[in-house]
Amino acid sequence: MNSITEAWEALLLPLLAIVGALILFGLFVALAGYNALEVWMLLFMGAFGDAFSLQNTLLRAAPLMLTALCMALPARAGLTVIGGEGALLVGALACASVPYLWQPPSGWFGLAFLLAASAAAGAAWIALAGYLRQYRGVNETISSLLLSYVAVNVFKHLVEGPLRDPSSLNKPSTLALDDSWLMGSIGTYDVHWGLVWGIGACVAASIWLSRTTHGFATRVVGGNAKAAGLVGLPAHKLVIMACCLGGAAAGLAGGIEIAAVHRAANASVIAGLGYTGILVSFAARHHPLAIIPIAILLGGFAAAGSMLQRRLGLPDASVQVLLGFVFVLILTAEAARGRLGWQDMRAWWSPSAQPLAGRA
Amino acid sequence: MHKETWNRRELLLGVGAAGIGALGSGLPISALAQTSITVGFIYVGTRDDYGYNQAHAESAAELKKLPGIKVIEEENVPETQSVQRSMQGMISQDGAALIFPTSFGYFNPHVVTVAQRNPKTRFAHCGGLWTQGKDPANAGSYFGYIDEGQYLNGVVAGHMSKSKKLGFIAAKPIPQVMRNINAFTLGARSVDPSITTTVIFTGDWSLPVKEAEATNSLADQGVDVFTMHVDSPKVIVETAARRRRFVCGYHADQSKLAPQAYLTGAEWNWITPVKAMVEAARSSKTHPNFIRGGLKEGFVKTSPYGAMVTPVARKNADDVKARMLKGEFNIFAGEIKDNTGKVVVAKGVSLNQTAIELESMNYLVEGVIGRG
Repeated sequence: MNSITEAWEALLLPLLAIVGALILFGLFVALAGYNALEVWMLLFMGAFGDAFSLQNTLLRAAPLMLTALCMALPARAGLTVIGGEGALLVGALACASVPYLWQPPSGWFGLAFLLAASAAAGAAWIALAGYLRQYRGVNETISSLLLSYVAVNVFKHLVEGPLRDPSSLNKPSTLALDDSWLMGSIGTYDVHWGLVWGIGACVAASIWLSRTTHGFATRVVGGNAKAAGLVGLPAHKLVIMACCLGGAAAGLAGGIEIAAVHRAANASVIAGLGYTGILVSFAARHHPLAIIPIAILLGGFAAAGSMLQRRLGLPDASVQVLLGFVFVLILTAEAARGRLGWQDMRAWWSPSAQPLAGRA
Repeated sequence: MHKETWNRRELLLGVGAAGIGALGSGLPISALAQTSITVGFIYVGTRDDYGYNQAHAESAAELKKLPGIKVIEEENVPETQSVQRSMQGMISQDGAALIFPTSFGYFNPHVVTVAQRNPKTRFAHCGGLWTQGKDPANAGSYFGYIDEGQYLNGVVAGHMSKSKKLGFIAAKPIPQVMRNINAFTLGARSVDPSITTTVIFTGDWSLPVKEAEATNSLADQGVDVFTMHVDSPKVIVETAARRRRFVCGYHADQSKLAPQAYLTGAEWNWITPVKAMVEAARSSKTHPNFIRGGLKEGFVKTSPYGAMVTPVARKNADDVKARMLKGEFNIFAGEIKDNTGKVVVAKGVSLNQTAIELESMNYLVEGVIGRG
């Protein structure tokens, strides 16, 4: 009974938060002199209204799924890692620079090498933050954020210096990847294979966390590191492994950005996808499966924001306001979990509910 | 905060008459009259940044005044999949026939990819990257020789500086930026050859904190006139004014921010190439794939002089400007040495603005303190 209401709660609270945010946003645009009804219509139309909008939304969601995992997986091991942007950039850099060192075979086999290099680079980057925290006592939130700044500078230095394609005059870039390594679209749709990688990674992470001993051990460490130590779990190893997996996801996102979109590494890759992943992960309560719909929702907001600007001339900042409302309300909803008369409401449809004191 | 009223009515009608389903199908192209043209503008930053994006938004605003043209805009669009989606959305959802993706970084691969998929839509990218034979024929690029404005900035700065030390805050050491630094310095040194320009590269197009730090640091070193090449000069103009230094603007007119400090400025006048592209599209003429111009062609302009600019400085700058307008003035005329002493433009050589070697400029001229 308890687990059913919890699942119900987990579904309903974010949903209420999003609906609340949309209502607040409607009031906000109404105050600014726009028609709230029209804005809501366009939000829906732009995000999910037709096949074009839907593909637009999914395309924007794809990288967010992977960068969100960079926050979510270490979070399940008890760490707050916000350095997804750095992992994405070293991943992108690795993907673009492998051909400088060694020419991979052409075709999908070569692409697999490039993506493996991206994932490895991202994994190492976040593992560094995990190592510093476990062995040197450095706060991982600060260190991963600072590592992102380091990554931005290393990225720019290499792209504008040693790795620069001499013909890229005013937009310094690395040499473009061979056409045969590029990641194409899924069938005739306008969405690249990165979406499949994103969904696949979220599902795999979910199976790992909920169905494997290793994942369970990681969650125990995240829940109570002292207790985990008492039962003999290798906390250091588990934490660093979680960091590796999260970093690998963000690194893969960087590799996919290069192979599917940019073809070469350049400053355009530094677009804050890693930071948006933090928002997605928090909104999904660090549950890998929940990341998928939340990333799609955020992708939808971005797609809809594009339409709001074109149709109504709303400034881009208005979508940021909507995102702000969503984030604040989701966090507020977290605080309301199991409180604020929830018990009474629950009693309406489950008369056999446990008494208040019975809940943890 | 511009509102398209016809669109709102259309929408409300749709809601009232047929509900959401009809709205979905009734919105796009069918609503537009056949004679009108929809033109899309995409900016990488905000439309009111007092800089690069504002200069483009000003041309969009001017275009809106013309009859039969519907302008749709999108700001803060990063150089990722987002801009490809925005362009495709303008085409599929709004029926745009001509799109101006204004950020330099949009071109490759984004504009090229979307242009290949939409051969009937025209693309006019700002930055001058389009290459005959290599890039799609429905794409094209326009750009301006704004180093002429920076040369005139330099002339005025050279007259107004007391310390003989000028400051240039730049984003990245790429050819376009170096050309501006060199033009500014050559302009100043045409007034007084003892003048130096100290350059600080911040590393990216929009880093307000670093730009403010650089301005303060140069002011501490005695620099008394500033100019810049970053996306939004706002912070540099304000910081320089606070330090009671002079400043020459860039991209757009920043005089409103600090009238007491703003000498003059090098501004874009994008409406000229924009109109040319729009007229060609409306009359179904061949898409102008590659257009460029300077002061003479009306692609760039200068800000009005500040009240403090002396008559001597005004006269000198006006004279040079008059020669530029007649096409009689070349900025890069030999002999020019770089700041390591190497001759980069030989004696007797005078490079016209269209000279191809100016496009790959990788040196800083004598008198510039700094390294690219």
